[in-house]
Amino acid sequence: MYPSRFRYEAPRSLDDAIALLQAGQGEAKVLAGGQSLVPLLKLRFAAPELLVDINNLPGLDYHRVDPDGTIRIGALCRHATLERSPLLVERQPTMAAAAPLVADPLVRNRGTLVGSLCHADPQGDWAAVVTALGGRVVAAGPRGRREIPIGEFVTGPFENALRYDEIAVEAVIPASKGQPAGGYLKLERRVGDFATAAAAVALELSGDVVTRAGIALCGVGPSTIDATDAGRALTGRTLTAAAIEEAADLAAAAAQPRTDHRGSAAYKRQVVRTFVTRILRNVVSTAERAA
Amino acid sequence: MSPLFEEIIEEPASADVPTRRVAITVNGQRRVAEVEPRLLLAHLLRQGFKLTGTHLGCDTTNCGACTVLVDGKAIKSCTMLAVQADGHEVTTVEGLASMSELSPIQEGFKDEHGLQCGFCTPGMMLSATAMLAENPNPTEEDVRWALSGNLCRCTGYQNIVKAVLWAAAKMRGEEPSHEGAA
Repeated sequence: MYPSRFRYEAPRSLDDAIALLQAGQGEAKVLAGGQSLVPLLKLRFAAPELLVDINNLPGLDYHRVDPDGTIRIGALCRHATLERSPLLVERQPTMAAAAPLVADPLVRNRGTLVGSLCHADPQGDWAAVVTALGGRVVAAGPRGRREIPIGEFVTGPFENALRYDEIAVEAVIPASKGQPAGGYLKLERRVGDFATAAAAVALELSGDVVTRAGIALCGVGPSTIDATDAGRALTGRTLTAAAIEEAADLAAAAAQPRTDHRGSAAYKRQVVRTFVTRILRNVVSTAERAA
Repeated sequence: MSPLFEEIIEEPASADVPTRRVAITVNGQRRVAEVEPRLLLAHLLRQGFKLTGTHLGCDTTNCGACTVLVDGKAIKSCTMLAVQADGHEVTTVEGLASMSELSPIQEGFKDEHGLQCGFCTPGMMLSATAMLAENPNPTEEDVRWALSGNLCRCTGYQNIVKAVLWAAAKMRGEEPSHEGAA
């Protein structure tokens, strides 16, 4: 399958890239890892007039922690880099758990976290993780930069809040005020399939008290689901069996699964309940082992 | 008798179609081509450079049959534009053997019967090559993980895993054994 014809530019500076998008008048598309866009081009679901390849832009392949604990992921940081990142293992367990579960090893060598957020697939792993973490996306455009909270960034299935002349240059994960804990679990029929159901849990702990909890789901609704009630149910509490059960039930209630070839709606809801329970129990047992 | 119709053959649109010159090092050799930006790397390798060892299985970024190494990293060549490989190094299955010597990976696949129909084999071998460059001492689990983006429809995974472990042992200078793997 060949994509339909497009013009191709691979600018060497961000300003040039933005200028190209401006000149593209909404008919241009940004190409980063290409692991979602190129398949869409081949299937001709997407047929942009101009492709602006940002792979030659310098200095965007980073992921780092600011002195205050804020984590920043550049637009060209590949999934494989995050999968092998000691920094995430040490500082951000939810992201560390999710990185190896994104797509397959070949896709992870090319695909990017920021690109995954922009693609806004309801089944995208990173959108759920960044939602659970309360992250933001930095957009760069002709009028400078602005930060968009993830809840406002993803405006619908495969839709984001970027203006046609803006490029998502960075994902920002706010500094954890307490001890970060949590995880990510995904059920897929085989590696690389879309998630049957997945749950991201991101906690901040002060001692054994949860000071912040974010729970987000993917694969079980028309877009990424922010299970805010489930998160709120944990806030200010210790992870007792009762608290865990309540949060898992609320997360399952927040899911909007549909029966399809991957499973029945009831089954997917149960998977969400099980995953949230497992992640939270694992947080408890990890803390007990450390004590 | 004059024809009622005469088909007018226009010049092909080639002048209007923008192309780009790319220089790619393929299996150690510099290759230059003039490509349309929409050409996929897999198609340049197969139809342009006639390196047909790179297979196209699904065309939808699922199967991994088109796996090649770009700067040492295993990627799906059906999901990368040929223009994006400009200035980079590409290794295809044709680049694994040196002179008349099979690479240890190829030997492993031969010795452990790591293939039936052979369609997925080039992709499998390149994924395995990339993994062994990073991790010379993989466990069975490591091998399965590294090959999880490559599908085999002959269900030959057992022997594929054995073949990679065989190659790993050989590359470490050990005597590869048929036992103990997978």
